[in-house]
Amino acid sequence: MTIDAASGAPPSTGAQPPPELVQLLTPEGERVEHPEYDIDLTSDEIKSLYRDLVIVRRLDTEALALTRQGELGVWASLLGQEAAQIGSGRALGPGDMAFPSYREHGVAWCRDVDPVKVLGLFRGVNHSGWDPREHNFHLYTIVIGSQTLHATGYAMGIQRDGTEDAAIVYFGDGATSEGDVNEAFVWSAAQNAPIVFFCQNNQWAISEPLERQSRIPLYRRAEGFGFPGIRVDGNDVFACLAVTKKALDNARSGQGPTLIEAFTYRMGAHTTTDDPTRYRLQAELEAWKLKDPIERVKAYLVKSQMADKEYFESIEEEAKAIGSDLRKRCLELPDPEATAIWENVYATEHGPLAGERDQFTSYLGSFEEVTR
Amino acid sequence: MSTETLSLSRAMNEGLRKAMENDPKVVVMGEDVGKLGGVFRVTDGLQKDFGEARVIDTPLAESGIVGTAIGLALRGYRPVCEIQFDGFVFPAFNQITSQLAKMRMRSLGTLELPVVIRIPFGGGIGAVEHHSESPEAYFTHTGGLRVVACSNPSDAYTMIQQAISCPDPVIFFEPKRRYWDKAPVELDLSAAAPFDQAVVARPGTDVTVLAYGPMVKTCLEAAQADENRSIEVVDIRSLNPLDEDTVLESVRRTGRCVVVHEAPVFGGYGAELAARITEKCFYHLESPVLRVGGFSTPYPPSRLEDHYLPDLDRVLDAVDRTFEW
Repeated sequence: MTIDAASGAPPSTGAQPPPELVQLLTPEGERVEHPEYDIDLTSDEIKSLYRDLVIVRRLDTEALALTRQGELGVWASLLGQEAAQIGSGRALGPGDMAFPSYREHGVAWCRDVDPVKVLGLFRGVNHSGWDPREHNFHLYTIVIGSQTLHATGYAMGIQRDGTEDAAIVYFGDGATSEGDVNEAFVWSAAQNAPIVFFCQNNQWAISEPLERQSRIPLYRRAEGFGFPGIRVDGNDVFACLAVTKKALDNARSGQGPTLIEAFTYRMGAHTTTDDPTRYRLQAELEAWKLKDPIERVKAYLVKSQMADKEYFESIEEEAKAIGSDLRKRCLELPDPEATAIWENVYATEHGPLAGERDQFTSYLGSFEEVTR
Repeated sequence: MSTETLSLSRAMNEGLRKAMENDPKVVVMGEDVGKLGGVFRVTDGLQKDFGEARVIDTPLAESGIVGTAIGLALRGYRPVCEIQFDGFVFPAFNQITSQLAKMRMRSLGTLELPVVIRIPFGGGIGAVEHHSESPEAYFTHTGGLRVVACSNPSDAYTMIQQAISCPDPVIFFEPKRRYWDKAPVELDLSAAAPFDQAVVARPGTDVTVLAYGPMVKTCLEAAQADENRSIEVVDIRSLNPLDEDTVLESVRRTGRCVVVHEAPVFGGYGAELAARITEKCFYHLESPVLRVGGFSTPYPPSRLEDHYLPDLDRVLDAVDRTFEW
């Protein structure tokens, strides 16, 4: 007997059709039609998506460099997942609420969160620096899958308020094994909650490949919970936009949840502390390089003569400027005061906590007296 | 001032009803809380009067109860969750300790999480495993949570309303073996003590006995039974934050202290009380602070629980020992 997980899988009979992948733009930059998910974009809209993709990749590069230089404690790179994040992020309406995991820097960009606030968390100046209500973009959630339940509850609140908004929640392939994610599926189905589950299947949960998590394609899990699941080319920003828009519309019009599996690839390490050469092959990476989410939009813009060399250069310049500005502001982030440890733990005064704080403050003060 | 004689369970029910009437954002959620009215009938009739949108029969998923309550709170609601029994709170432990407790600090104070988690706790009802536990120390150890325990119908009525209107998350322990005890309940909240204050449940001069939840009644009976000594019983009520002033003032006055809870003594909440009292009342103490509690074992089968649970005699035995120094 073997403990190889794959050995337990039923033998392939060939009866199962290959999973359908919604794609509107091929890796070569060809526009293709899809009967259910077509989308009509103006050249300005396409250029705007391209700009987003280039800028968030640049921000990511800058953050990686800052980590290597010791300015950030760690960084979770979004490299390769730009289209999934920009496509879904740009599908959101202003009243929709997004619940990220911790790699959704592209969605944060779409929700107008200042990137330096995202860096603050990884630098360690706070646990999160933005006001979720101002951006309708919740805090990053690090414990895998927990936020799916928060999004479900929030969607239940939307139902009770009777507004035409929806919630979207981001998580990864690894998270689909968590109890909370499965509970969120059960709840949102039972409540018919206006929610979109956006799973970025980047193939790797740190070192564990998808076959350690699932015997079936992830989007097919939805059926068992009683709502539709769709697999979309996660490196195709047009398809991600179209599929997410439709799922959000369905949620708003009382049709309940949808699971979107954005089929993509984590081009970098899990985080800067990880070494993917220990568990995956370079050839796999090379194959995915050919499906790059930015290159295909560029190819399409060139082929359709919507943009010229000058345009691409201007976007590169802009991205570079935003990157250096981010670097500068990151280095300027002040270390918090020691008393911040006790701030915002409770809404109201807490006697024993105040006692601890005062004692520690006076202990710190005793050093100053000695130095004097 | 108007009073009504109610059981603790009924007083909880009336308190919840009042809170729901006063604030349309209050929602009650949990397993069997709707049609059935909860296994202890604490939510009896609420769904009938407030509808299914505000009294939600949830899937059997405790992490989901707390996780979705967090989401509802983020949308401006004030969820009151029922965890059916103490031993069933652990599937929700991650949502409570890693999310609910920390989210306010994580958001630099921009988010408020007014979630109340009601947990019937403690033993003494002859139940099967996982239905008699006292898990309060797991929660008092977690910054960001308020932890309270009511001991009588009047406090149940008052404290649940105070907990619901509190902007912080509150773990609300209910002494399940006292659900059926009846007492007059003061229906006017204006003169009520804040829910983070301890109260002297019975004044005395010789020794302070500290208790909360189901053990308050046991300690009051012990005090009543002791003909030789004047025992002061302090009902802690709020475990976190602890009302140090009331506790320390009492111990400084009596010079002796016994802490009583059903939870295991080792690493329990009583250890925190004993340590603080020793640190802050050292020169007032005539003897060490003693602890009476459950044993440091899993909760035993119900035929053994009378040995496990502190009773009147074990409390008085500890009181006697404080006079042996």
